[in-house]
Parts: sequence; C-alpha cells; structure tokens
Amino acid sequence: MIGTYREALNQAMREEMRRDSRVFLIGEEVGYYQGAFKVSKGFVEEFGPQRVVDTPITEAGFTGLAIGAAMAGLRPIVELMTFNFGILAMDQIVNNAAKIRYMSGGQLAIPIVIRGPGSAAHQLAAQHSQSLEAWFCHVPGLKVIAPATPRDAKGLLISAIRDPNPVIFIEAQLLYPTKGDIPEGEWTIPIGQAEVKRVGRDVTILAYSKMLLLALEAADVLAQDGIEAEVVDPRTLRPLDTKTIIASVSKTGRVVIVEEGWPFAGLGAQLAESIYTHAFDALDGPIVRVTGADVPMPYSRPLEDLAIPDRDRIITAVKQVLS
Amino acid sequence: MARSSSQRDDWFALYRQMLLIRRFEEKSAEMYALAKIGGFLHLYIGQEAVAVGCIDAVEEQDYIIAAYREHGHCLARGSDPKAVMAELFGKVTGLCKGKGGSMHLFDVPRNFMGGYAIVGGHLPLATGLAFAVKYQRRPQVVLCFFGEGAVPSGQAHEAFNLAALWSLPVIFICENNRYAMGTPLEREMALYKGVTERAQAHGIEASRVNGMDVLAVRAHIREIVETVRQTPKPFFIEAMTYRFMGHSMADPAHGHYRTREEVEEARKHDPLLLLKQQILDQALGTEADFKAIEREIGQIVNDAIAFADASPFPAASELYDDVYAEPTSS
Ligand SMILES: Cc1ncc(C[n+]2csc(CCOP(=O)(O)OP(=O)(O)O)c2C)c(N)n1
Ligand SMILES: [Mg+2]
Repeated sequence: MIGTYREALNQAMREEMRRDSRVFLIGEEVGYYQGAFKVSKGFVEEFGPQRVVDTPITEAGFTGLAIGAAMAGLRPIVELMTFNFGILAMDQIVNNAAKIRYMSGGQLAIPIVIRGPGSAAHQLAAQHSQSLEAWFCHVPGLKVIAPATPRDAKGLLISAIRDPNPVIFIEAQLLYPTKGDIPEGEWTIPIGQAEVKRVGRDVTILAYSKMLLLALEAADVLAQDGIEAEVVDPRTLRPLDTKTIIASVSKTGRVVIVEEGWPFAGLGAQLAESIYTHAFDALDGPIVRVTGADVPMPYSRPLEDLAIPDRDRIITAVKQVLS
Repeated sequence: MARSSSQRDDWFALYRQMLLIRRFEEKSAEMYALAKIGGFLHLYIGQEAVAVGCIDAVEEQDYIIAAYREHGHCLARGSDPKAVMAELFGKVTGLCKGKGGSMHLFDVPRNFMGGYAIVGGHLPLATGLAFAVKYQRRPQVVLCFFGEGAVPSGQAHEAFNLAALWSLPVIFICENNRYAMGTPLEREMALYKGVTERAQAHGIEASRVNGMDVLAVRAHIREIVETVRQTPKPFFIEAMTYRFMGHSMADPAHGHYRTREEVEEARKHDPLLLLKQQILDQALGTEADFKAIEREIGQIVNDAIAFADASPFPAASELYDDVYAEPTSS
C-alpha cells in the first residue's frame, strides 16, 4: 500500500504489540494525545493505558524505567518527543543501556528501542533542531538506525523491536508526512544493511534519513548533465554496512557524503574514515562532505537555510569531486 | 526449646552473613594493597546490618539492585564468595567474567541485578524492574539500595515520582552513612534532617530505622515487604548507619572531613558487636560458638582468595564478547 512514513511507524509498532504482549510504548503524550507527532494514533484505544504509557516530563526517569523493565523481561519502546530531549536521558542510554550486558559478563540483554524525531524541521531554532546521531554511534553497545522511506521505516522498526539490544531509532519530523510504498504483513529489513537507492557509475553519494531525499533529487538534476550518481543509504548507522558502501565506491571511485549534523567529529567523518581504510586504492580523489553549518541552529529563515544542506550544495559537491 | 533453637539458628545465620561480609572485605583491602585488586574499592564495613537485614526479609524471586558499595548486598544475597572475589581480581571465573569488577557485581540467577557507579542512575532502573513486575502481575518486590548522596539527585526524584504515580512495588533503601565521599549530610542537602520527607513529598510512605541493628532492620523490612506484596506501592526507608572505613581505598579511614573520635564513637555501635551482645543476652550462644564461626568464615574467605588467585584472567578473545546480544528467533 501507499502510505506515509508516520503510518509505517504506526503499523510496525501496532503489529509488534499485537504479536508480543511484552512490547509496550512509553513516553510523553504517546497515549491520549496520540503522540506528539501522531505516530501512535489509535494505540491507547487498542492496547489500553497499561501498554501505552503516558509519562511525566522526566526523560531520565522513564528511559531508565524502560531499561529496568527490559532487564526484567519486557520489550519497551521509548518515544522521545524529540532527540533534543533525549539528552536528558543520555546517562541512562550510555551508562546503563549500552553497558549492562558487558558489565554483567553477558548475563543480561537490554531489548529496548528508543525512538523519536531528530534533525531540523522549520525554524525551531537551536534547541529543537539537532542531529545527534554521531553521539549515539560513538557508543559500543548501541545500534543506531535512521531510515529515510516508509518502507525502510517499517521494516527496520520491526527488526529493532525484535532485536535483543538497545536500538536508537532516529526519525525526522519532516519525513513523517512523506509518502511511499509500505509492504503489508510480515516485513522486516535486517539491521546493518545499506541499500543502493539509485544506481549510477560516476560518483557515490552517501546519504541517510532526510538527506537521502535531497541526494536523490540532486542525482536527478545531475543526470540531466549526463552525470550518473549512485546513491547509497546506509539506513543503519551502527553497525555500518561497509561492504555495500565499498562495493559502490569501488565502482565509482568518487564519494560525496551528505549529513545534516555538524561537521566536526560528525558521522560523515566516520564514514570517510571507513572508506579511506577499506577502499583507499579505489578512490580517484578526496572525499567531499556536505554537512550542516558548524553553528547552533539559527531561527531566522534565511540563516537557517544556510545552515542545512540543500540540493544545490550536493550538486556543487558532486561537480567538485568530479573535477 | 524448639522455638529457641530455631531462633538461635536464625540469629547466628544473620551473624554469619555479617561476619562473612566483614572478613571478606578486610581481606579485600589486603588484596588491594597487594595490587591483586585494582580500580576503586568501596568497603561496606560498618553498614553490614542494612544489607543483611533487608535481604533476609525478602524471597529468592525478589529483585535486588544496588550502587557501587555492593559487595555486602551481593554476598548477603547468597552469591558465591569465590565468584565475587574472583570478580574483584578481574578473573574470568568472576561473577561477570571479570568485566564488571567491584562496582558492577551482577548475579542474575539470584535476581541480583547489579551494582551501579553513577550516583542516582540506578533508581530509575529499580523503578523499571518494579514496572515489569506489575505489568506481568508477578508477586515480586524490588529492593533498591543507595547512599544518601543520591537523594538530592534529579534522577532519584524522577524515580520516586514515577514509582509513586504508578504504585510500583519498589522499596527504596537509603543507607544514610552521613557522608557522600567527604561531604557531610548537612552540606549535601537543605533540610538534611528530613531525608524521609523528601520521599513523602512524592506521596511515598517513608520511615527510619536503626541501620546498625540487624534485627530491627529485618523486622521493619519484613512488615513493609508484606504490605507491598499484597498491594504494590513504593516505600522509602532511611537506614541510619555509618561507614567505618574511608570512602574508597584512596581515602584514609577517618579522612580530613571527620575526626578520629567520631569514627571511634561510631565503632562502638558496630552491628556485629550489637548482634553478638543480643545473642549473649538471650543466652543463645557462647564465646565458643563465635570462635567456631570465625574459623568457619576465615576458611571461606581464604578459599575465596585462593580460588581468585588461582583463576586465569580472561583471554584476549573475551574483549569483544558481550557487547551485543545475538538475536534469537522469538
Ligand atoms: C553522578 C555521579 N557524580 C559523582 C560521582 C562520584 N562519586 C562517587 S561516590 C560519591 C559519593 C556518594 O555518596 P553516597 O551516595 O552517600 O554513597 P556512599 O558512598 O556513602 O555509600 C561520589 C560523589 C558519581 N559516581 N556519580
Ligand atoms: Mg553516604
């Protein structure tokens, strides 16, 4: 069926909650309000307030509670109203969720999904527009997923819920209304599998989440100039599918990495390192990164536009690596 | 006669548990000096009655979770002293294969759900264990131990509020040993005389108990556990206690922040001495009995050291194990 990214997430959670009574959803406004972004529409009506748990505004408290519940055999899905507020739960995520299995010598697993929107929407300013995926990707013990399409969102969210590890699942506010195919019924995508979203021979554009859509648009424009870009979406950021990425780079020899986050110590730096380490010989020139500006997000629209990558900057970067 | 012999066995069992912790930790300090144990080592000496009294009041199926000063809680739970000592030594035969160490003891088969080193950070976890218990309608309770230093933290108050809001079966046990490292109670919190009132402010029933008296602790917790098991809801206990040793091995026994006299005064209320006196007063045992227990415990601790010493370190191949769980089909 054709549906929105929001509907895809809704379906994934709904199907898993029907399948497994250990799965429950917890977070601010997930129940009677139907989710701050309406992702859990109809849930409290179907599953009741015991399994669709509205919380007070206490990110550390309810994330920690969910981790404790996972230790005792449940499979919580934590909805962060946005990942900006997830910063308050960082201690629980980094010091507990990611560490308990290792510290206990493998006695415990923490099957938990922590999901919600990351990245900028429109003019939400510095505290509501951050792309923090690199923070989570840095931490062994976590898996990190950032899907771009409804199809991937559904397949990966189901896999995340079934995974026995803490999974950080980063959505994007601006992706919620975007439409695409949503496979019906049992549909999973393995965690750690990239996908070639557009086949090309001249250059590899690596992009994930919202930036994937921009990269595909840029590729269409470039095609008019006879430049065939291959667009690869890692989809899972940790563990990274270097195999698929290297295969593409080996074919094209040129790479542009697009990310919305900050450049310094950003995820693109890691992607570039992985390529330099595994495929240096395949490269015909240095990798070029397109990133968000190295500033807190400004409120003013013209300034905000400058701070977020756009289609034209990707096109310029591609022409730069090809020159 | 039958009654008093079972009381005798019972009181001696408590004494044995406390003595095991005491001697185990004294030996641990020696092993630390010999560099057999590394990192941070926080001794529980002086506070034994709290862990022993509380844990004796619950059942095997109940969950225990604690902070980083948790050797006592783990031993009171019945973990094998050999495996605990081996963990302190960083050996592969340790409870956590040497990956946790002194501050992170886990014994999941005994529902001992870990020691945690971020002050305040495990209170939300305890609340989550209790959430799962209630969600699955299991008849368990959760005992959550922490120092009074955790009480002013935001995470503690988030946990108190959630536990109260959702009537979760978690018993918060604040071990008030009057210091957080070198900071005395009165410099830790406003209204420091009202630690229990902080929990009461969240709608949690709270009470205070003499944490040096193992019998008093156990009797108090038993009553609360019974209530919580019948009707899930949180409780808060402030156990008044004192640590006889430094904050960790890096801190001398009395330090600059308290006087030698204060420590000596507190030592007069040693929980082991108190229980021994109670046993003697009731004519439940003799000096000879205590000598025999000393020998028995000495042997257990020596065996633990020998076991830890003889055990191998984890192989290099262990380094990358246990970071992620393997998916199983479920
Ligand atoms: C969040 C956090 N801040 C600081 C520390 C360093 N630290 C370790 S123990 C401690 C004192 C804690 O005192 P208390 O909670 O009373 O426990 P006690 O040591 O007395 O058992 C501090 C400040 C820490 N581990 N975690
Ligand atoms: Mg203290």
